[in-house]
Amino acid sequence: MGARQHISANVNGDPVEFLAEPGTTLLDALRDELGLTGSKEGCGSGDCGACSVTLDGRLVCSCLVLAVEAQGRRITTIEGMADGGTLHPLQQKFLEHAALQCGFCTPGILVAAKALLDVNPDPTEVEARYWLAGNLCRCTGYDKVIRAVMDAAADLRQERV
Amino acid sequence: MSDVDYLAPTSADAAAKALAAGGAAARALAGGTDLLVQLKSGRLKGGLIVDLKHIPGAIGVREEDGAFVIGAATPGATIGEHAGLVRAWPGVVEATHLIGSTQVQGRASMAGNLCNASPAADSVPALIAARATCVIVGPSGRRTVAAEDIPVSPGRTSLKPGEFVLEIRLPARAARSADAYLRSIPRTEMDIAVVGAAVNLTLDSGGTIIEARVALGAVGPTVLIADDAAAAIIGSRLDAAALERLDAAARGACRPISDKRGTAEFRTKIAGVLARRAAAIAYGRARAKGEN
Ligand SMILES: Cc1cc2nc3c(=O)[nH]c(=O)nc-3n(C[C@H](O)[C@H](O)[C@H](O)COP(=O)(O)OP(=O)(O)OC[C@H]3O[C@@H](n4cnc5c(N)ncnc54)[C@H](O)[C@@H]3O)c2cc1C
Ligand code: FES
Ligand code: FES
Repeated sequence: MGARQHISANVNGDPVEFLAEPGTTLLDALRDELGLTGSKEGCGSGDCGACSVTLDGRLVCSCLVLAVEAQGRRITTIEGMADGGTLHPLQQKFLEHAALQCGFCTPGILVAAKALLDVNPDPTEVEARYWLAGNLCRCTGYDKVIRAVMDAAADLRQERV
Repeated sequence: MSDVDYLAPTSADAAAKALAAGGAAARALAGGTDLLVQLKSGRLKGGLIVDLKHIPGAIGVREEDGAFVIGAATPGATIGEHAGLVRAWPGVVEATHLIGSTQVQGRASMAGNLCNASPAADSVPALIAARATCVIVGPSGRRTVAAEDIPVSPGRTSLKPGEFVLEIRLPARAARSADAYLRSIPRTEMDIAVVGAAVNLTLDSGGTIIEARVALGAVGPTVLIADDAAAAIIGSRLDAAALERLDAAARGACRPISDKRGTAEFRTKIAGVLARRAAAIAYGRARAKGEN
């Protein structure tokens, strides 16, 4: 077994330090070392997207990133999405549209949807569906998710003008 | 993944040394979308993981006299953002883009797709049709090999201990050249190719095909180069008769297995259809380039 390595990274704008065994995933380090349990493990194999975070601005599955790879890098998770007590418009729209039931997929979908709107503020429904194809939901049937994302995108465009 | 070690060398030579010292259980890490899945499932036993991403040039795309040099660990998402590459090699880019979800695209590399040596790897037929070469670094120096010489059978490569791919090169292109890649999967996203077909071709000023290369995925133990299928369309303007010949020659090249994703017969038939459709797309793209 490899020796634990000391990792310094930036998570949701804050500098963090933690120890990680070389075989630990970023998802496990976020949840178990840093107490950020919003990111979920649905599959552990890159298929479900429940563990979605951004790494230096790129959407990735944190279950397929080693914690030691995070050294010196910038990570955002679902915990960085709301502004203090104020929900992000995507989060607000998910509540309004009832775009969740059990909620297990929701953090990953929100992180992925925000990454979409950051690069494409005016996606078509087809673009949104393809972008989110790696986020599985066993409850909602996706329709309400897509409606919430499209509605949030429209609101965010309004805020910009 | 409890019995692994991790190194992130900052030079190619240090990476080759580390891989060689790590022996048979040492593994190069690019995006980890195959490697970490295999380590977690226990299909691979632990060992030394050598992260290639800190080697200068391992991430990024650069143009050199019309050729493109793609760092081995460059994620798919980055490849799709390079306008010059998208224009010159639309087929390679669309094939790479088909790998996994947005999240997987954030990490997965073409070199990892190639070195994982799956016969169904999506970018590989396109790379082979494009006559891509790989710069390999190892303990005894560098060598350059054709992309098709790396995978030798499912899950196995010709790389020697300590060797890894540092970059993938796509050659400079004649005017009126284009490529295309199509795959067949039962869903629209997130599945493994039942068949993949890549066609790369060059036209003369009159629209006659003067050069072509056809590569087929998931219909043999490695990606197959269908020379007869290319010969079937060279000298034509891709009329109906040429497309029929291409279809038959592509089917003739197939050596598929039957499994839960499709029977050998089904795969063979689809290979002909996809070769034809990919050729038509590449042809249309090459003609459009001739017009502007
Ligand atoms: C959810 C999901 C969906 C997927 N969908 C597809 C799909 O649609 N089509 C498809 O083709 N694949 C798919 N894959 C498989 C995988 O994403 C691709 O094969 C990807 O291109 C692998 O690249 P990587 O950079 O992640 O490789 P890694 O996992 O880092 O490496 C893969 C293998 O190659 C070796 N390796 C990596 N880089 C080098 C190098 N430079 N030199 C030598 N050896 C090297 C590694 O040691 C390892 O054995 C999917 C995977 C997941 C998890
Ligand atoms: S837990 Fe990472 S993709 Fe499912
Ligand atoms: S709300 Fe239950 S999995 Fe999506």
